[in-house]
Amino acid sequence: MKLTRRMLMAASAAAIGLATGATAQDKTKVGFVYVGPVGDGGWTYEHDQGRLAVEEEFGDAVETVYVESVPEGPDAERVMTQMALQGADLIFTTSFGYMDQTINVAAKFPDVKFEHATGYKRADNVSTYSARFYEGRAIQGHIAGNMTESNIIGYIGSYPIPEVIRGINSAYIHAKKVNPDVEFKIIWAYTWFDPAKEADAAKALIEQGADVILQHTDSTAPQAAAQEAGNVITFGQASDMSEYAPMPRVSSIIDNWAPYYVARTKAVIDGTWESVDTWDGISTGMVGIGEITDAVPAEVKAEALAMKEAIAAGEYHPFTGPLKKQDGSDWLAEGEVADDGTLLGMNFFVEGLTGEIPQ
Amino acid sequence: MLRLEKRAQPDRRLALASPVLAVLATIVAGGLLFAFLGKNPFIAIGTIFWEPLFGEFAFYYRPQLLVKGAPLILIAIGLSLGFRAGIWNIGAEGQYIMGALFGAGAGLAFYPAESPLIFPLMIVAGAFGGFLWAMIPAILKVRFGTNEILVSLMLVYVAEQFLASMSLGLLKNPEGFGFPGSRNLQQYASAHNAEIIAGTGMHWGVVFAFIAVIFAYALLNRHMLGFHIRLTGEAPRAARFAGVNPPRLILFCLGTSGALAGLAGMFEASGPAGVVSIDFNVGYGFTAIIVAFLGRLHPIGILLAGFLMALTYIGGEIAQSNLGLPAAAIQVFQGMLLFFLLAADLLTNFRIRRAVPEAA
Repeated sequence: MKLTRRMLMAASAAAIGLATGATAQDKTKVGFVYVGPVGDGGWTYEHDQGRLAVEEEFGDAVETVYVESVPEGPDAERVMTQMALQGADLIFTTSFGYMDQTINVAAKFPDVKFEHATGYKRADNVSTYSARFYEGRAIQGHIAGNMTESNIIGYIGSYPIPEVIRGINSAYIHAKKVNPDVEFKIIWAYTWFDPAKEADAAKALIEQGADVILQHTDSTAPQAAAQEAGNVITFGQASDMSEYAPMPRVSSIIDNWAPYYVARTKAVIDGTWESVDTWDGISTGMVGIGEITDAVPAEVKAEALAMKEAIAAGEYHPFTGPLKKQDGSDWLAEGEVADDGTLLGMNFFVEGLTGEIPQ
Repeated sequence: MLRLEKRAQPDRRLALASPVLAVLATIVAGGLLFAFLGKNPFIAIGTIFWEPLFGEFAFYYRPQLLVKGAPLILIAIGLSLGFRAGIWNIGAEGQYIMGALFGAGAGLAFYPAESPLIFPLMIVAGAFGGFLWAMIPAILKVRFGTNEILVSLMLVYVAEQFLASMSLGLLKNPEGFGFPGSRNLQQYASAHNAEIIAGTGMHWGVVFAFIAVIFAYALLNRHMLGFHIRLTGEAPRAARFAGVNPPRLILFCLGTSGALAGLAGMFEASGPAGVVSIDFNVGYGFTAIIVAFLGRLHPIGILLAGFLMALTYIGGEIAQSNLGLPAAAIQVFQGMLLFFLLAADLLTNFRIRRAVPEAA
């Protein structure tokens, strides 16, 4: 028994050595693990656009591979291991739920570089990266607050995690600023991508009087539901979703991973890759604002674009005091700006939002 | 015109051959599908079936077959008992979730205490969780004659909501920065369902799957209860004369399948997955239905079918990564397997006749 075990380990060590050694000379192999299908039109679609940008940039010097719709669990660990075994030099794992698996696999393959999206665990060969989507949410909130006539804004939340809560808070603060009567209705869909559930959520919100639908889920189903209802506006999520412009989609938040993926791939090719934590927003283009259509009054559009410029230039932070928490306690004093630590772990609503964060 | 004519007796040879025929038909039709997608069908099929078993990295994939196949086999064995008796538990996915929650919950209740008693307790709790969830359709059926297919299926969605609630509340990792999901049981030695021999994929769930196969085999072939199960499925009227107590059989079949699904969930949560989180369940409970039928509801057949299904998953991922096949194509490929099996089953029970206008 002992002998077989040792042999097995020796065999695996040899194979791992072979796999990583062989690729050093030829193409740089970059792997992508996706949580949804590449055709989701949202989150995964944009990551795949980033992959294509890497291929475009480096041509024959790189080879990219991907596996889509990988569940967040042991399956993800197997897919990553498989990519590493087959000689990947750099692996992007593009969902929060891949965090522990990325760390596990990275420990087994110290020569392979890993990049984990939206997580908080790093290692010598694991970087993390995410985008400040809340900056885009501020602009959405501004437009939504101006445009709602029923003063009811519907919000399709995916999961009650800091990332999503941040978006809700940011949108609410900026809607409230231009429209004190505004009210947010939030439905938690408990999914990132499920067109049927998302459509149901959108319809329920519209029935409750919402004439603006914001979504933190990835499919275009809410857009279709809004189009059917008429007179309801929406914003593209993760991807531009421009096929629903000019109405109901009046603008969008676009995740633009391409520059980051190209830069990180280049770092691996050049041998300068280091483990870093990246959290970029509008200023570097990681968060893009899709074209604001003519359905939005010119004046509102101009204000929204001015806000975008101010955020990009670092002159304005969407979470600037005075701000209170939902329970009425003070959070930020006049002129004070939220620190990244609080934002990253945000688990509270700001004052004025109704309902509880599911616990 | 063609029409179907019921055979007086099911064709026994065809009944045994139908899984093999279904696999072959899937390979042919799948190959055509891959060819249409512009991939070399021989390489694609080869990648799916050959690579994980005998390829360059088989040393890694073979243990993974155990990891992926074990929960399928464990659940399918339980389901097959009921299916044989005409008791349809479609909600194994929900029982799997409840088993994971009960098992993980029992372990985490003692965190960070270390004791060799914790893991056995988790096993009992996991089985109990699945059992409890399956008792709902069972008792409703016995008391009020409700349809266990509907009730057990609907309870899957209730269990999913329960899972979400637990991941965000009671079981949430206090050190997880507000993100959903429990502590990682892989990092809690007493609760970790670790590999019994490192690098082999052999964890306790795999052991229990093999034990379940042996028990089911003995039950069905050597035990009165097993005889009653078979009799109820094959000849319900005769079963009643033979003194079968239907309510007891319903409670036994649903309870056993629930407990086994719960065990599968518990072993998965404490081992390969490590955490229970919102997306913990990935469809083992539903795939196990395919495995049960593919295995002809026979314990040995289920063992083979479970590994075959695991093979298509693992090979399918390799094909995606190496050949750029879309995930949907792999799912279609897996779906074909059940489709062709049902088609082959039809032919064991019916024969195709050319419809001629009848004279007399």
